[in-house]
Amino acid sequence: MNFVPITERDQQAMLAAAGVDAFERLLSIPPGIPRAKWNLPKGLSEPELTGLLTGQAARNRTVRTEVSFLGAGATEHWIPSVVRYLFSRGEFLTAYTPYQPEASQGTLQAMYEFQSMICDLTGMAVANASLYEGASALAEAVVLALRATGRNRVAISRTVHPEYRQTLKTYLAGSEAALDLLPHRDGAVDPAAESKITDQTACLVLQLPNAFGCIEEWAALIRKAKAQGALVIVSADPIALSVVRPPAEIGADIVVGEGQALGTPLLYGGPYLGLFACREELLRRLPGRIVGRTRDANGRRGFVLTIQTREQHIRRSRATSNICTNEAMMALNAAVYLAALGKSGFRELGVQNLSKARYAHQTLTALPGVEPLFDRPFFNEFALSLPKDPEQVNAELLKRGFLGGLALKRWDPKLANGWLVCVTEARSKEQIDRFAEALREILR
Amino acid sequence: MADLEKLKYTKTHEWIRVEGNKGVVGITDHAQQEISDVVFVEVPALGKTVGAGEEAAVVESVKSAFSIYAPVAGKVARANEELAKNPGRVNAAPYAEGWIFELEGIDAGNLEGLMDLPQYEQFVQGKEA
Repeated sequence: MNFVPITERDQQAMLAAAGVDAFERLLSIPPGIPRAKWNLPKGLSEPELTGLLTGQAARNRTVRTEVSFLGAGATEHWIPSVVRYLFSRGEFLTAYTPYQPEASQGTLQAMYEFQSMICDLTGMAVANASLYEGASALAEAVVLALRATGRNRVAISRTVHPEYRQTLKTYLAGSEAALDLLPHRDGAVDPAAESKITDQTACLVLQLPNAFGCIEEWAALIRKAKAQGALVIVSADPIALSVVRPPAEIGADIVVGEGQALGTPLLYGGPYLGLFACREELLRRLPGRIVGRTRDANGRRGFVLTIQTREQHIRRSRATSNICTNEAMMALNAAVYLAALGKSGFRELGVQNLSKARYAHQTLTALPGVEPLFDRPFFNEFALSLPKDPEQVNAELLKRGFLGGLALKRWDPKLANGWLVCVTEARSKEQIDRFAEALREILR
Repeated sequence: MADLEKLKYTKTHEWIRVEGNKGVVGITDHAQQEISDVVFVEVPALGKTVGAGEEAAVVESVKSAFSIYAPVAGKVARANEELAKNPGRVNAAPYAEGWIFELEGIDAGNLEGLMDLPQYEQFVQGKEA
């Protein structure tokens, strides 16, 4: 059977519009983007090849081989063994996207519980069954706000992770929407930036804790946004929500976030987990899948995919989003992780993050020349100013078995000596002390 | 119950009741039967300007979501906010309580392209045949 989605002539017209002469041109990687080179000797047997590559892989410096104080959007947390055991059970293995989802009641129940937990954490009325990762979840929230308000300006704080802002820019390319960047001062949105929120603003976008680890005071800003009829979007670290007030209580309309911290290892950057929750009024605009609880013909509890008319397989071009799938496996993982910790365990986790980060902050700022970069409350990450180039310091730390903090000049050249340090419950007091000692030696 | 003779109809199954420079818009009985139970209606924002044939509202049923197009150009003067609580009114009373929005500033001269009742009935029968 010949399946022809477009005719030859259609294809020629599309290629002409794209400005290329052959379809293959669209697939080639532009020059300037580095490409992996294997440099392998010819004619290796399988055992020889496996031996060679295993040896090379063992040279990677990761959180398994070094003690890490690096966060900046992806954080190392301890994952209880029960999480990996339960989530990898055969009963949960399923096709990439279930086309007869109700046949997999166990998977649907796990998604339903995941959604309920995300609602609990954020204080929101509804959550979806996840999106790809934190940055695209934030972009989807902005798209929702643009449609819901019919406006096309987005007020976003510069204290939102720069890579999230890049993703958002990519999402909005070609649309009429424009970004109004709210400048930061001393690690938080500059209060004077309030004037950028007008009756044309579709949404105000904030991050909790922000990209510098700071927990900001937003009351005035959020009041202004509400008064102008803009939606308030908060991108939150779910682990921080163990000790910080749920974003719903400070006026958030949509809460998104990176869910990697909820039981997913760092995995070289993915797959991660996009969290998305909102107020009930926005339910019909919520992107992605939603699992609902219902009763079957005999009155027994059951789970279904619901409100599917928003989705692209029904609503076509008018779908709320063209992300048609979710990160079901990572969401399952997060649900198991949260259930394994339990309510008091999760709270304890937050307290440990807080106290270890505070201890590290005290210990590190006691070193000569090491100063706090900002004077603001923080959760498990904080910015320091070093008397030496942070990149050089990191290179020295790596020699001593530590992954140092993020050199903030990568985000902002003005923060040349800025160093973003992350300390979670996975670090011990002894590791923090050794880290401080190593830093003292390097700065001497 | 509105007098169906006085309404004008579109090929996309909207009706409009024009009085002066204003017109109330809804979907026809035929349309509501076809799409079955309505579960959600997204009404347009007040003051929004729409061109003839432009999407103005969305009616969502258990089957799918359908765009509702403005039969003529105008500015949204009123929207049926009751539908948020009772979307089923579109099924129960498509020509009365199930109205969706009202346009103002419309040009009665622009109604030429619309159908009257016999034309619409013939149009529907033609489609079914």
